[in-house]
Amino acid sequence: MKITLKSKSFMNKRWLWAHPEGELDMASAARFRSELEGAISAGGYRYLWLDMSAVTFIDSSGLGVILGRYRQLQPLGGSVIITRPSEQIYRLLTAAGLHRIMEIDRPLSLRYREEGI
Amino acid sequence: MEAAEKIYDAVRDGKRDAGEKAEAAGVNRLELSFLSRAENVSLARLLTAALAAERELTLAELDEIKVAVSEAVSNAIIHGYQGREDRYVRLCLELSPDTLKVTVRDDGVGMADVEQALRPNWSGSGRMGLGFAFMHSFMDRVEVESALGLGTTVTLYKDLP
Repeated sequence: MKITLKSKSFMNKRWLWAHPEGELDMASAARFRSELEGAISAGGYRYLWLDMSAVTFIDSSGLGVILGRYRQLQPLGGSVIITRPSEQIYRLLTAAGLHRIMEIDRPLSLRYREEGI
Repeated sequence: MEAAEKIYDAVRDGKRDAGEKAEAAGVNRLELSFLSRAENVSLARLLTAALAAERELTLAELDEIKVAVSEAVSNAIIHGYQGREDRYVRLCLELSPDTLKVTVRDDGVGMADVEQALRPNWSGSGRMGLGFAFMHSFMDRVEVESALGLGTTVTLYKDLP
């Protein structure tokens, strides 16, 4: 797992933009967690934007890290958004119920098939 | 020498018979024993998916099988072996005409109460208690055998088209 972190302005908010690449499982969870946790605290961020376009696999270890960041930011009045997940990643995010507490991009391919866009 | 050759031939023919029987029944088997290290979780799920890919499964189904195997192996390492990296996890795969059977076995601490472990949010390991939930939702049947101090065996079944 490789991760790129940047500060971005979007919708009048200052976001920590994170672009993890590869597999988010128990082998990468500890580093995924510490990179995000560290950058959020160091930069005083309240908003986390996860660009999942380069994530090829996620299981409960990776999902737990995302929920953990929501729990870190939510008491500060912040939030987490997730963009560009693959269909498989999207299915896992929703199976874990994360769509109920954060904004998640619905993959275009899924919308094409299910909504006919 | 002649006797040894006869024994060798008999053993070889026996193996061939067993192999031919398995082939006639359309069964393929793989067994892998690996150290309880986090990086081996991906090897376990990739091997399983590679075997399952012999059948007509969709990419989505293969991904779901990978997640289920990942959860079972992660459980074995995190809970069974309490994060120790010097123990062995055994993965047995059996692909028959109608079923994929995946067995994940550890010789770790085991569980006194399997029912309790199957409830969501039980472990507090930071995985949202989703391990068994994912195994159940992505596979057709899940069996768990465990006893305190005797390790845990999780068997996952996927019906094949």
